[in-house]
Amino acid sequence: MELICPAGTPAAFHEAVDAGADAVYCGFRDETNARNFPGLNFSREELKQSIAYAKSRGTQTFVALNTFMRAGAEEIWYKGAADAVASGADALILADFGLMAHVAERYPQQRLHVSVQASASNPDAINFLVDAFNAQRVVLPRTLTIADIARIGKNIRCEMEVFVFGGLCVMAEGRCSLSSYATGKSPNMNGVCSPASHVRYRKDGGELVSELGEFTINRFPAGEAAGYPTLCKGRFDIADSNGYAFEDPVSLDVMGELEALKAAGVKALKIEGRQRGKAYVAEVVSTMKAALNSPPERRAPLLARLRSMSEGQKTTSGAYEKRWR
Amino acid sequence: MTDMKKTSLTLGPVYYLWDAEKWRDFHFRIADEAPVDRVVIGETVCSKRQHFIEPHLADVVERLESAGKTVILSTLALVTLNREAKQIREMAEVSEHLLEANDLSALAILKDKPHTIGPLVNVYNAPTARLLASRGARRICLPPELPFSSVREIVAEFPDIDFEVFAFGRMPLAISARCAHARSKGKIKDNCQFVCREDPDGLPVKTLDRQSFLALNGVQTVSHACQSLLGELDHLVEAGVRSFRLSPQDCDMVAVAKLHRAVLDETVDADAAVAKLRQLYAAAPLANGFHHAKEGAAWVARTRSLQAAWPA
Repeated sequence: MELICPAGTPAAFHEAVDAGADAVYCGFRDETNARNFPGLNFSREELKQSIAYAKSRGTQTFVALNTFMRAGAEEIWYKGAADAVASGADALILADFGLMAHVAERYPQQRLHVSVQASASNPDAINFLVDAFNAQRVVLPRTLTIADIARIGKNIRCEMEVFVFGGLCVMAEGRCSLSSYATGKSPNMNGVCSPASHVRYRKDGGELVSELGEFTINRFPAGEAAGYPTLCKGRFDIADSNGYAFEDPVSLDVMGELEALKAAGVKALKIEGRQRGKAYVAEVVSTMKAALNSPPERRAPLLARLRSMSEGQKTTSGAYEKRWR
Repeated sequence: MTDMKKTSLTLGPVYYLWDAEKWRDFHFRIADEAPVDRVVIGETVCSKRQHFIEPHLADVVERLESAGKTVILSTLALVTLNREAKQIREMAEVSEHLLEANDLSALAILKDKPHTIGPLVNVYNAPTARLLASRGARRICLPPELPFSSVREIVAEFPDIDFEVFAFGRMPLAISARCAHARSKGKIKDNCQFVCREDPDGLPVKTLDRQSFLALNGVQTVSHACQSLLGELDHLVEAGVRSFRLSPQDCDMVAVAKLHRAVLDETVDADAAVAKLRQLYAAAPLANGFHHAKEGAAWVARTRSLQAAWPA
């Protein structure tokens, strides 16, 4: 199975290539990118140089243009696609049908991957994208069990890529407006979720309160480590109880299921984390590469090391395991 | 302005799990009394709930059609299981009614058959709308998140299709494989015992500072605030929008429909209508922030002049 690694900066890109990534994914520094965070991402020139470096080392580059085109401003996305193709991207990762149609028509030789943001969660949906746009790979939503993935794999006409490590969306990706309800900024339209520009921390008595826009997302008693107020990972009051209503502040780790994923027909494993620093990327990529190259019985210490790098040290296998639902 | 009168109203599917008799009687009353042109029916949120309404489906369809309403059958918002896709395929084969797509799988299955697009499909621009229309979409309800600037652009680029806007109801904000509603009551999706039935207007989610924020509806998360575009209907009609969707809440939806019709017919002033709507659905504050490219929970007071609100 291929290892697909994140890069939010040219430095992280280099680290990922050197650490043995089979492919690195990244995006431009604008609203075409679903990780449109301040201080991250690539200029045209940086992308060109990074792709050249990757090619010299036999590594592929996937360019994510995975937000939805703003009506009337489609040229921004079309230009992004043109520049990524001209720079030698090995694949474009797309979510918007209109953009997929444009790329399929204009650049029929270009490999097209379906972003997780497209929310193609079943064989009918995936085959639709294969037939309509010649999609060659689909990044599956983090809403499926491994059994679901195996079943889908038998019934589709393209490759499957799945997230195995890093941040975890609780909601079906590309179909969530929670962030824009609170802040006016959304993953689909602006490439951001729970943006830092709308985050505020304040002291209230002994507690630290985290807010997103007008809304309190969490309160941390003295001594408890305060996390970032990602909306769906907050603590809320429901009826008489309060707690993590949607998901605890955990991250995804299904590296323990490598053999099951391989048996399910998965072609590529994806690491989340374009917002992460280069040291993290280097460490995670090299450890995962080593795990992939080891026989199953020798993986345990490597996977333990990975686990220690997870956000908040707590991990979940998410929807891959049925009881998560 | 006669354009206002050429508009139509669509009653969306009931997103919540209501008792079957309540669901039936609600639609009977809509058939008899509500000035809506079409009604979308059928389970949209969770395939586990589907059997509840089945005994009454034929009666409801008949009553609505006898009253001259067009009936559209809804499909699931998140299709992951084989049986869910199979059910859409069967509906597409046997149904004499238009189907409404809410997920990519339905788009695939409905290719080249006339159908409508629900507000849960990501249509953010005209090229996407054009693609869907070329595959058989007759009417597209745009996503609630879309700002007016985008709505206006899409409709202007592509005037030959009937665009609809989500004008009333708590906004469908997210859907998950996981059921937060069941979890909040100590269950998981697979043994949920249909606890969502206890909350016919959603289960309130408040912040730890007791701010009303969201509501749970099974695997769906909706806003606490209720979207209302009563004050923006004239701008939307001027932009070329011809249809408005009213999403059922647990309130007098006949009165809600009459109020929207009256504003479109210009027999009631929009400001008075907004005040009246606050009484009709007092359970939640009104919001129109998405329309104004602000946070969805926000309320922007009505501006009378289109130019003042939307400088060129």
